[in-house]
Amino acid sequence: MSSIAQRLGARGGAGRVGTGASPITVLCLVAAAIFLLVGSLVSPIFAQQTVAGLAQGAIFASLALALVLIYRATEVINFAQGEMAMATTYFAYQLTLWGLTYWAAFFLALVMGFFLGLVIQVVAIRPVQHSVIAVVIVTVGLFVLIDGLVTWKWGADLKFMPAPFGNQVYHVGSVAFSRQDLGTLVVVIATVLILWVLFRFTKLGLAMRAAALRPASASLVGVRVNWMLAIGWGLAAVVGAVAGLMTEPTVFLQPTMMQAVLLYAFAAAVLGGLESPAGAVVGGLALGVFLNLVGQYVGFATSELRLPIAFAVLLVVLLIKPQGLFGRKQVRRV
Amino acid sequence: MRKHLPAIVSLAVVAVVIALLPFQLDGYHEGLMARVGVFFIAILGLNILTGYTGQISIGHGAFMAIGGYTTAVMSHYHDTNLILTLPLAFAISFGFGVLVGIPALRFSGVYLALVTFALAVSVPQFALKWSKFFGGSNGLQTTTTPTQLWLFVVTWSSAGILYLVAWLVLRGRTGRAFRAVRDSEIAAAASGVALPIYKTLAFGISAAFAGVAGSLLVLATNGFAQPNEFTVFLSLEILVGAAVAGFGSLWGILVGALFIGLLPTVSADVPLIGSSHGQDVVFGLIVIGIMLLLPTGFAGLLRRIRTLPGIRTKET
Amino acid sequence: MAALLELDNVEARYGPVKVLHGVSLAVEDGQIAAVLGANGAGKTTTLRAVSGTVRRTGTIRFAGKALGRTGPDGAARAGIAHVPEGRGTFAELTVWENLRLGAYSRRRVPKDDYRRVLEYFPWIDGRRHQQAGTLSGGEQQMLALARAFMQRPRLLLLDEPSLGLAPVLVTEIFRIIQELNQHEGLTVLVVEQNAHIALQLAQTATVLEVGRVALSGPSAELEQDESIRRSYLGY
Repeated sequence: MSSIAQRLGARGGAGRVGTGASPITVLCLVAAAIFLLVGSLVSPIFAQQTVAGLAQGAIFASLALALVLIYRATEVINFAQGEMAMATTYFAYQLTLWGLTYWAAFFLALVMGFFLGLVIQVVAIRPVQHSVIAVVIVTVGLFVLIDGLVTWKWGADLKFMPAPFGNQVYHVGSVAFSRQDLGTLVVVIATVLILWVLFRFTKLGLAMRAAALRPASASLVGVRVNWMLAIGWGLAAVVGAVAGLMTEPTVFLQPTMMQAVLLYAFAAAVLGGLESPAGAVVGGLALGVFLNLVGQYVGFATSELRLPIAFAVLLVVLLIKPQGLFGRKQVRRV
Repeated sequence: MRKHLPAIVSLAVVAVVIALLPFQLDGYHEGLMARVGVFFIAILGLNILTGYTGQISIGHGAFMAIGGYTTAVMSHYHDTNLILTLPLAFAISFGFGVLVGIPALRFSGVYLALVTFALAVSVPQFALKWSKFFGGSNGLQTTTTPTQLWLFVVTWSSAGILYLVAWLVLRGRTGRAFRAVRDSEIAAAASGVALPIYKTLAFGISAAFAGVAGSLLVLATNGFAQPNEFTVFLSLEILVGAAVAGFGSLWGILVGALFIGLLPTVSADVPLIGSSHGQDVVFGLIVIGIMLLLPTGFAGLLRRIRTLPGIRTKET
Repeated sequence: MAALLELDNVEARYGPVKVLHGVSLAVEDGQIAAVLGANGAGKTTTLRAVSGTVRRTGTIRFAGKALGRTGPDGAARAGIAHVPEGRGTFAELTVWENLRLGAYSRRRVPKDDYRRVLEYFPWIDGRRHQQAGTLSGGEQQMLALARAFMQRPRLLLLDEPSLGLAPVLVTEIFRIIQELNQHEGLTVLVVEQNAHIALQLAQTATVLEVGRVALSGPSAELEQDESIRRSYLGY
């Protein structure tokens, strides 16, 4: 079993100390919130862009959450996260075709997603988890594989699922927002809360955190570290499935539906801090609003530059505060 | 000299085979092999960065784009001789590589992967943004389009030249510094290797190679430089090719290039999966399979074969 | 009394380097046994072999049954608590979370248990929500002991508990270990470089030299024999 010990020992090299969000960060966020509120009250266009930004941001946030979960558990970036989410959404679609109601299909698809994530971790990731490059390549391979399999089974044409929250649009003044947007926001926040409860208060959650932080020590108290990692992937897949199902009403069902979202989710996750679920949500929302406002008010920033701007944000964050808004400082032991 | 004999023999064999190919192949296949040559150069470049200095990059498609657009722009606006655009692409991509390498110094591992990924996604967008100059989504075309034979000869000649350049760079002091960086950055820095210079240099050289590959790719696609030629998928293909290749072996890089260059065409002929998503399934499975079964790539496989009992061991 | 732990010709290696060249020792149920020796003698590796942290050959019998190669989590489930070099504390988690993790391998943990821990380590009570990494060295060592105790193990493996601690704290810790041994019936195998205090704590000792057993026997004998003390124990 020394290979386990070697792999476990190797991971224990970077201890994390220090708290998450610093007072300055919180202050800046509060200031930003106030700015948004004031701007929205002054200008309806500003308000509309903010609201739309929040709606889109919620979608980024949900996939970013999945990315963060996997990164926390296993320190890898899962390039296939979007495709896994997409595949699970297709599972739900198929279930509705077979007669299930939307919400029955929703939850059953989440369960299926869990097992998908679990199996992928055990079969494809565990054997190569010692090498960053190898894991990246495997997730890339998964990306292409899943894309191919889904297209093969269901075709590339647009498909539609029943709307989870209905199509009603509400108006406050001249600002419009849909029930779907609200629903997405609520679902994302509910997900974060459920995860928080899981990690803070349950035995399983504690074991998962221990396995992610210090695998060698966790093993010594009886935690089956490999299983915790697999469950972590399963959990992340569930969150990803939620993201996919919340994205579908906006872009509808097609194999490429999550690809753009994945890219924005990366930026959001880095902005919020790759290890912080709360950060993923805040990062996603902030990114959505930022992109919309910049697109509206900065003439230079046309739609082609949306993605590069998101990545400029990613770059700036990595250069100035690499642990993101809510991340902890990394201490590298030699 | 003795030590290098097997390598020189390998090189000679490959060179002879490649030189003879045009006489055996028709135009279509010549074009195909030219594409393989393009990937060979790109993978070689990435090999220098990842295999030798241990820095990861999922952004080499961006450097290919820079090289490719250099060729297209110079030819389109100034009617520059196509072959002359190659060293130009080399130089400009080198410059960009160094520019990227400098901030990249701050990152490592997963973070570097993300940053280079961001690069790969963003660069094509800029071509779309300034569509008047760069031709937008329709792309920019060179004034002359070369024949398949021309393409084959120029591509593989460039490949040969660049391989020699790589060999010269890697056997000397620079190469040793590169390997030191890969094995342990901290130890390398502690023993006086000027980390920033060598890491940036590696990026520059690697990008320069990719730039030339990009130029040749543009020439191989009827002289068109288009944003959708240089998507992030291209970067991923190069990375996968480098993984299949393993590092330190000429044959490995050839295998990697053949894999990436020929797989789409080969799998198109297979009955059940003969469609683009079938190709994806095959590609994905093979990539995952290789990482699981052959993590050190083809080069690693060769090394293992060489160290089998009975075969004379060779230092690699 | 049957030996709780028996090592029979155990060999262990780190990659190509062999560290244990056939170590045999036995620890009786309810005993405190010490493993002594110079740096690099293989003391830590011996503990790691028992807890399954390192790959080994040879037989290890625990509570009469052969210990399989299931890795550290298997050993924990079998009733072996290993406090390694560096204490294995989860610095990023709170003191209380560390204790909860100690109890992880047990199916049911009566509320009473936490109270019993507080009896041995009363200072924990006020510091439950403190981040474990911010504790002092001595406190971390005691937390590690408390965590191990929460496992309710039959065998406690301690790797250099005195390391880096002031003598006052060392005395305190050894006192607690003795109490745990006497009142809770915990069998202890302790590795120490400080042979003198180890021999005062333990009933028997094994001295390792370059991965082999140089000598072993009751502590009293080892302490009294001057030549042994000079050559092997350094004082």
